[in-house]
Amino acid sequence: MRRECDVLVVGGGPGGSLAARYAAEAGADVLMIEKRPEIGAPLRCAEGISRAWLDEVGIAVDRKWVAKTVDGAKLVSPSGKTFYVDEKMAGNEVGIVLERHLFDKAMAASAARAGAEIMLKTSATGVVKEGEKVVGVTASSFGEPMSIDAKCVIAADGYESQVARWAGMDTKLKMNDITTCFQYRLTGIDIEHMYCEFHIGTAAPGGYVWLFPKDEDTANVGLGILASKLNDPGEVKGYLDSFIKKNERFAKGQPVEAIAGAVSVSPPLDETTMDGMMLVGDAARLIDPITGGGIAHACLSGMYAGKVAAKGLEANDLSKDFLQEYETLWRDRLENKLWRNWMAKEKLITITDEQFDVIIETLDEAGVDKMSVYNLLKVIKERLPDLVKEFEDLI
Amino acid sequence: MIVTIEKCMHCGACVGSCPQNAIYLNDFLPTFGEECNRCGRCVKLCPVGALELEVKE
Repeated sequence: MRRECDVLVVGGGPGGSLAARYAAEAGADVLMIEKRPEIGAPLRCAEGISRAWLDEVGIAVDRKWVAKTVDGAKLVSPSGKTFYVDEKMAGNEVGIVLERHLFDKAMAASAARAGAEIMLKTSATGVVKEGEKVVGVTASSFGEPMSIDAKCVIAADGYESQVARWAGMDTKLKMNDITTCFQYRLTGIDIEHMYCEFHIGTAAPGGYVWLFPKDEDTANVGLGILASKLNDPGEVKGYLDSFIKKNERFAKGQPVEAIAGAVSVSPPLDETTMDGMMLVGDAARLIDPITGGGIAHACLSGMYAGKVAAKGLEANDLSKDFLQEYETLWRDRLENKLWRNWMAKEKLITITDEQFDVIIETLDEAGVDKMSVYNLLKVIKERLPDLVKEFEDLI
Repeated sequence: MIVTIEKCMHCGACVGSCPQNAIYLNDFLPTFGEECNRCGRCVKLCPVGALELEVKE
């Protein structure tokens, strides 16, 4: 089987769907392929987002995909000291815990409404190039081999990021830049359901434990551990099981879902374009290295890529030179933050449990009026200059 | 490489972490290509310990 399109989007996550939507809205003939038989499943996400960027990418909040809104965040130190950031009290926007399987489907539906075609259970198996230029992919659709010719390929294939590698780009990660995760959705647990919780310290070496409420007594409880801090196979699940076991609040809890996954906590790639191709979202390593969050960045970069693809089609130019506009758009918007948070992550993974206790205590005294990594680092720098000398250059 | 089917969560952590891009995941199980140089990284970081290096006779 062979087919043609203007823009081929590989991957039906939020980044892929936003790319497909914006390219189709601008008149391109768009095909989006997804290897799984369902958009948005299986879940590989803790599902917490901030609301701040949704307008920017043209997403209107729909109660269908909002599991819960929260008032703020609660940071918990290794010895149990807490620090609350109450966004609502400070008049800031509150956070959202998503129903990712519905959110992703809604994003794909907007792409479809704009005119994009979607093929499920269709996975890319290789990249086709003419010289240096990407001209399509080979794929397998319901087990049927096919080739897809495209004027522009948008690789939105997530953490795996195989399309870029097949095309000859280097998306390799260091062990220090990979976080491996495990999560249960626990129900029947005792939670402060208006807050997302973050537990730092050796409960999750080089990462953190999260608790994101889905309703009054249900939450995504999971953790990520830096791959370089792992010793034995299967340890990640073991860490989470022991965290849950030690915590009385979970004593009556039962799991309704278990998921695993990995996320990059690296700086962004040096290059995210080549002739005929752009990388978006996780595939471009646009994950916040501190939080491990990537939905906002995937949607932003997807939107930029879709728009630039459509412009390139109009100009009949999808060369790497032309696609630099994409590179510029996402870098202006995201790059400083990604690099700063990566440098901060490199420091944070060296901090001991005792130091984290002091940090949380200090944050609690000083207060922060808006939850952001930048604001937290600023307070730490001002109040604990000796403890975190290295933060000096980051703020 | 040995994959313990009963343990594998099909999450793709091994795929994206492979320095050789030797692992492929359809919607069932990871498969290992000839590029695999048995570095053992996937074994270490699989969240559930589903991978083992095959001992060559």
